[in-house]
Amino acid sequence: MEKFFIFAGIAIFALMFPIVWRIIVGPTAIDRIVAVNVIGTKTTVLLVLIGMIYGRVEMFVDFALTYALLNFIGSLAAARYFDRVNPDKNFSNSEAKEQES
Amino acid sequence: MYRLCIFLLLFGIWIIFSGQFDGFHLTLGILSTAFITAISSNFFFENRSQGVGNRLQQIIRIPWYLVWMLYQIWLSNIHILRLALSPNELPEVEPKLVRIKTNLKTDFGKWMLANSITLTPGTITIDIKDDELLIHSISSLTTEGVEGDDMERKIAAIFERETTN
Amino acid sequence: MIPATICVVLVCIGILFFVGGAVGIIRFPDFYTRMHAAGKGDTMSVFLILMGLAAYQLADFSLANILVAGKILFITIFIMWASPTSTHALIKAGFEEGQKLWTPNGEKEDSGK
Repeated sequence: MEKFFIFAGIAIFALMFPIVWRIIVGPTAIDRIVAVNVIGTKTTVLLVLIGMIYGRVEMFVDFALTYALLNFIGSLAAARYFDRVNPDKNFSNSEAKEQES
Repeated sequence: MYRLCIFLLLFGIWIIFSGQFDGFHLTLGILSTAFITAISSNFFFENRSQGVGNRLQQIIRIPWYLVWMLYQIWLSNIHILRLALSPNELPEVEPKLVRIKTNLKTDFGKWMLANSITLTPGTITIDIKDDELLIHSISSLTTEGVEGDDMERKIAAIFERETTN
Repeated sequence: MIPATICVVLVCIGILFFVGGAVGIIRFPDFYTRMHAAGKGDTMSVFLILMGLAAYQLADFSLANILVAGKILFITIFIMWASPTSTHALIKAGFEEGQKLWTPNGEKEDSGK
């Protein structure tokens, strides 16, 4: 069973590399933020798996919970930052939408 | 009454997180839970005019909605998997912006509707403005699923029964 | 034995959905469709993997294991509640920044038109 957990952890870790590629290439900044958010979700699962491998789940579950909270707050903060940075673009864009509808 | 419910909820979370049952930790938990209830109980439950019995009925009705929601999330993951692993050049993807109107009144109902739309196959809520939702839909098939008011009726049946009747 | 089997099956299906999300994030053509893969591909897989681990944890039944399973359940509920919310916040930020909308016949249209 421990071997299975190790293989599952390696699989999840390997799945992070495509998303790192998206962080490096990603055309805009928001693409990169989304990719970081996805990696954070994977890391939460990976932390619980590491706890299973070492037999210390009761400790690693707390780390995973904290990581999930920080990940959520971080992505919300980044989204709010982009809302504040582009106030005029925001206005023109919503005007264009009004004309369309 | 609402304060008591919030107190019990927070205290349950404290017990799960601390995991220790000696007198010191329980006293600490009661003190901190009471402090948090005193300073922030106004943030929960925006509409307090309903009785507690009504709330209990809502809580009983929620699990059915959650089971239906899990099935929808399952479908949407299959959809994403099929789109991502299809060999030719993304056959049925034609993204589109859709606007729909909602009849839900409370903020919580709208939040629930927006999250449900995000989790059902092929649609994401971009923006909510008063009673209008702006939705990004990935193909013309999934657009039809949003335009019916199936999901909205389910949510209204749970959270806004007295206003719809 | 039965909890271990449940755990293996659930974790394998969860990793399969993770593969779908990761491939989608690479392959999909524009920001909005990538958000579809990022926001939905993760929710069900996290749910399945953590439920599998909680089932394995509950195999030998004791108070400490029930507490650990309760915490894992709490993480699951939190992620399923936070993932659509952060997806919505990020896609709204991208929309107001003026991300382009991809159309199948090649040219890119502005999202406002």
